[in-house]
Amino acid sequence: MFEAILLTVITAATPLLLAAIGELVVERSGVLNLGVEGMMIMGAVTGFAVANLTGSGTLGILGAIGAGMALSALFGFLVLVLVTNQVATGLALTLLGLGLSGLIGEAFIGVPGLKLEKLDLPFLSDLPFVGPVIFGQDPIVYMSVAIVIAVAYALARTRAGLVLRAVGDNHASAHALGLSVLKVRFLAVLFGGGCAGLAGGYMSLAYTPQWVENMTAGRGWIALALVVFASWLPWRVVIGAYLFGAVTVLTFHAQAVGAGVPSQLLSSLPYLATIVVLVLISSNRRLTLVNTPACLGKPFVPDR
Amino acid sequence: MRIVLIKRAEHSRLMTGLSPVIAVALTMLSAALLFAIAGHDAGLALYKFFIEPMTDLWSLQELLVKAVPLVLIACGLSICYLSNNWNIGAEGQFVMGALAGSVLPVLFPAFDNGLTLPLMLLFGAAGGALYALVPAVLKIRFNTNEILVSLMLVYVANLTLDYLVRGPWRDPAGFNFPETALFSASAMLPTIGDGRLSVSLYAAIAVAILLSLLLARTLKGFEIRVLGESPRAGSFAGFSQKRMTVFAFMVSGGLAGLAGIMEVAGSLGQLQPTISPGYGFTAIIVAFLGRLNPLAIVVAGFVLALSYIGGESVQASMGISDKIASVVQGMLLFFVLACDTLILYRIKLQFGQTAKGGHAHV
Amino acid sequence: MDSSTAAAEEGTNNAPPGGGGRRAGAEILLAARGITKRFGSIAANADVDLVINKGEIHALLGENGAGKSTLVKILYGALQPDAGSVEWQGKPVRVASPAAARSLGIGMVFQHFSLFEALSVSENIALALEKPGTMRSLGERIRAVSREYGLPLDPDALVADLPVGIRQRIEIVRCLLQAPRLIIMDEPTSVLTPQEADELFLTLKRLASEGCAVLYISHRLEEVQRICHHATILRHGKVVAECDPTLETPGSLARMMVGAEIANVAAASRPNETSPVRLSARSLSLAPATPFAVPLTGVTVEVKAGEVVAIAGVAGNGQGELFDALTGERRTAAGMVTIDGTPCGQEGITRRRQRGAAFVPEERLGHGAVPGFRLSSNILLTRHATDDGLVKGGFVAFGRIGEMEKRIKQVYDVRMSHDDPEARSLSGGNLQKFVVGREMSRNPGVLIVNQPTWGVDAGAAALIRQALVDLSRKGSAVLVISQDLDEIYEIADRIAVISRGHLSPAEPAAAMTRERIGLLMAGGAEAGTAAPAPVTAAAGGA
Repeated sequence: MFEAILLTVITAATPLLLAAIGELVVERSGVLNLGVEGMMIMGAVTGFAVANLTGSGTLGILGAIGAGMALSALFGFLVLVLVTNQVATGLALTLLGLGLSGLIGEAFIGVPGLKLEKLDLPFLSDLPFVGPVIFGQDPIVYMSVAIVIAVAYALARTRAGLVLRAVGDNHASAHALGLSVLKVRFLAVLFGGGCAGLAGGYMSLAYTPQWVENMTAGRGWIALALVVFASWLPWRVVIGAYLFGAVTVLTFHAQAVGAGVPSQLLSSLPYLATIVVLVLISSNRRLTLVNTPACLGKPFVPDR
Repeated sequence: MRIVLIKRAEHSRLMTGLSPVIAVALTMLSAALLFAIAGHDAGLALYKFFIEPMTDLWSLQELLVKAVPLVLIACGLSICYLSNNWNIGAEGQFVMGALAGSVLPVLFPAFDNGLTLPLMLLFGAAGGALYALVPAVLKIRFNTNEILVSLMLVYVANLTLDYLVRGPWRDPAGFNFPETALFSASAMLPTIGDGRLSVSLYAAIAVAILLSLLLARTLKGFEIRVLGESPRAGSFAGFSQKRMTVFAFMVSGGLAGLAGIMEVAGSLGQLQPTISPGYGFTAIIVAFLGRLNPLAIVVAGFVLALSYIGGESVQASMGISDKIASVVQGMLLFFVLACDTLILYRIKLQFGQTAKGGHAHV
Repeated sequence: MDSSTAAAEEGTNNAPPGGGGRRAGAEILLAARGITKRFGSIAANADVDLVINKGEIHALLGENGAGKSTLVKILYGALQPDAGSVEWQGKPVRVASPAAARSLGIGMVFQHFSLFEALSVSENIALALEKPGTMRSLGERIRAVSREYGLPLDPDALVADLPVGIRQRIEIVRCLLQAPRLIIMDEPTSVLTPQEADELFLTLKRLASEGCAVLYISHRLEEVQRICHHATILRHGKVVAECDPTLETPGSLARMMVGAEIANVAAASRPNETSPVRLSARSLSLAPATPFAVPLTGVTVEVKAGEVVAIAGVAGNGQGELFDALTGERRTAAGMVTIDGTPCGQEGITRRRQRGAAFVPEERLGHGAVPGFRLSSNILLTRHATDDGLVKGGFVAFGRIGEMEKRIKQVYDVRMSHDDPEARSLSGGNLQKFVVGREMSRNPGVLIVNQPTWGVDAGAAALIRQALVDLSRKGSAVLVISQDLDEIYEIADRIAVISRGHLSPAEPAAAMTRERIGLLMAGGAEAGTAAPAPVTAAAGGA
């Protein structure tokens, strides 16, 4: 039982983790992309459609990543080149993503999905308890962990990470030193889009292998909240994502048990929990002010 | 080639007026492209989508029915966005307004007199305003991000509505359908003509006129715009950003709530599990297309209502999915935002050699 | 130790540029010719020639808006010229980017710094280096070089925690680590105490003696005379003169820069010792609003009717915080601030304005004025609640605002291309005249100004300073917060010095030497007991 719950927690946490780590990189570069939900849902529908049409889960995953990146490229063009308002453009991205996914997905409603195969590591997967939990996951779970480790390492130890942090901290200084602010930000936005697309693909190919309209159900927004919760530190994103994964699974089990609590109340728990978490973290001014990228959401137009 | 923005010394008045028009034109062009790619007659589809709904009386009336909530909500949102408060939870405030306003007819059907309707409207506006107060208070008290909080509350509001109409508020005589009982006549808004259009139309127009007066002529309007454009200058002027946050959220929440109860007491006549086809989100597009100007928002509300009816129209006549409507709406917001760049910048395309070399050519 | 010896040691025979005799025979390091750069319809640089010799400290002089920054950005590769060529050590080059400039051997120390507060000193420096190596080895190099040049730095410190003077060191050390041939310095002493400036000059002289040229941008003419070998003077984007500054006087240099005589501020009468106190701060303390802000500690100062009191200090020592506390943008205990004897520390800015106070903040755009609003709307910003009848029953009286805008424009000589433009389209000097004029036209009993002439051309600066003195002589109390010592000596009756949130007692200007102010800036103000200096006559400079 416990093992099964732990497995579902991992599955519930992975899309949040992927979307949040991508957005963390975007925000560290100084850009606020509120379109995570839109990119996720497009990843979900594209992943499902491609996997369904080609019969290949791998191609489905690549399609999901591509869809997220394509949408984020659109966002990047508007926000970085045309200097549009980041909040409004992010909202536009979400609205467009939700609309487009509904249109594309219409043909796939009720179509049985393709579930990603779990990696079966000989010997390791057969270990009791540890085996299925740690060595019996699908490849995206491992990818999510690898991406977090890579991002954490890159931010702290590599020159690319240093440049990214510099651009997010002070774009005017970065420009004066000759760093290409817009190029760095555009790459970060693309990375965030790829991660959000992958997160969506995971939803429709592994979490619940089917297409349902609006199936991301606000997870993109929760991922945005997780970045705040993590105060822009990668390893804290892991804690946050798994915490939220656990909340989701608990409400799911509580619904199964029933016990007189309205299902709608249980369903709203993740959203209420998000608000509570935001309040707890944000009221700590010192933590948020010190860690918030100083240029977050601010437009930059280089003089020439 | 690359795009270079050259900052204008001042806002371009020409572009301020022209940019929404260009955006609509570009949206129509893209929609045509979309229709063509899907293998339809693009010209015919465009006609069915954008023109036909305006050619007969019935659909014109439906247009107005849809435009009214959009205009009401968007007018409130314009106050929020002008003052740099990002309320994106109008959908939730709409639902909460509808719920609060329905308390009387659902729980106290015996209270059925001339006061019923005014009280319902009051409760509706109050319900929306109080619900919007949550993100506002959390923002000023705990520095919480109002975007995320207001959005989370949309899900909570929808689930609350779902719970009520399936549970305690369900019509006992309704064959287990998840609906409340139909409202009595005195709980319904008077209609204009004999269709679904109610007097809420007048309310929307009055609100737009009042708010545009407020913004253009009064000190409060000045305060709203100053705090939005430059918070530091606003505090130098002695205006309080926190009070403005509360004000803007309450106004927009109140108007969204009013729109909610008017929708229920106007065209629906009862609560159902879903009472809005995303008005609260579409109104965001309306607000931006109307460039946050309440009078222009009236026109913009009509344009976005057209996209709803147009979607139904192409589905009925050409078998194109009505999901196309939300795609068109999303594209429209993109184009609006992109075109607004022209107001502050001149756009220059640079061809040929650029200074991207990176190294000195010695 | 001047340029000619340095050049002679290298024994080269390039043709001398057209400059003064001291430069003959020196080797040309950089020659920019015909540099032209336009922004819209304005030519920021028009056909500018600049020749810098090896080992020379070369002054680039000019008023705000004369085109110095544009020229320097072009040399550093941050901007591309529309026309013109650059030769580096005799060969034509195109400086395509700052990285390209650095690989040539051109380093730059920015006026407002190009540092990242959230990063450490080593990280900041690594960002400008092509091959920084590991953080540990870089840290060692930073320690070594900074110690060698007498600019000690802790490579692991977070920039946010460092005072401005140290931040400039980071920029200088960053240049030094790249073995530069030319270092460009933009107004380097504007953030330093006089003593720190002296140390900087030693470093610069040492660099020059080692053959490294320095392009020194300043409008402080005494400094230029002291350390520079040659000067190029820009006015309205054109080179108007070249000279050997040691052969000039501050007056003659100023004339070349401005193109006309600038009237000196005339103070009609000295203030009366027994005049009533109109503005006071008493033991004013304020906790920092953000983790990186400066707390105010026991700030006490009084301004009497008829006098100008100036608060000197290096940027970032609590000036902004003090201004906010005095205006009411941040509240304190009631008795900490009084206006005309009334405690008002608990009152907001509007209430203090109604008591007759007026304020001019440091930042014109975005604090003193809304950039995208027309000037008439910007009048409403500070005058909506003062007794001018601009708002009636909640409605704005647009006619009256328009009249007032025209009046201010006329009296304070605010120049604009058309009627009632948006604030951001005005030049710095014109907007400052408008912002100051908006407050002056009320005849406020108390005026508090933060950096009255920062980034303003000489003509506008003179007009504003005269207006401040005139207002005080009519019986108002004027408090000026400024980093510009020349300005302070020009207008102040008494001077106090702020340092890390502590304020020294205000003393008569004549008793305050530059040296003493420098000591107070460097932390003497914190002791609060610095002995009064012997009274010396005419302590002021130019």
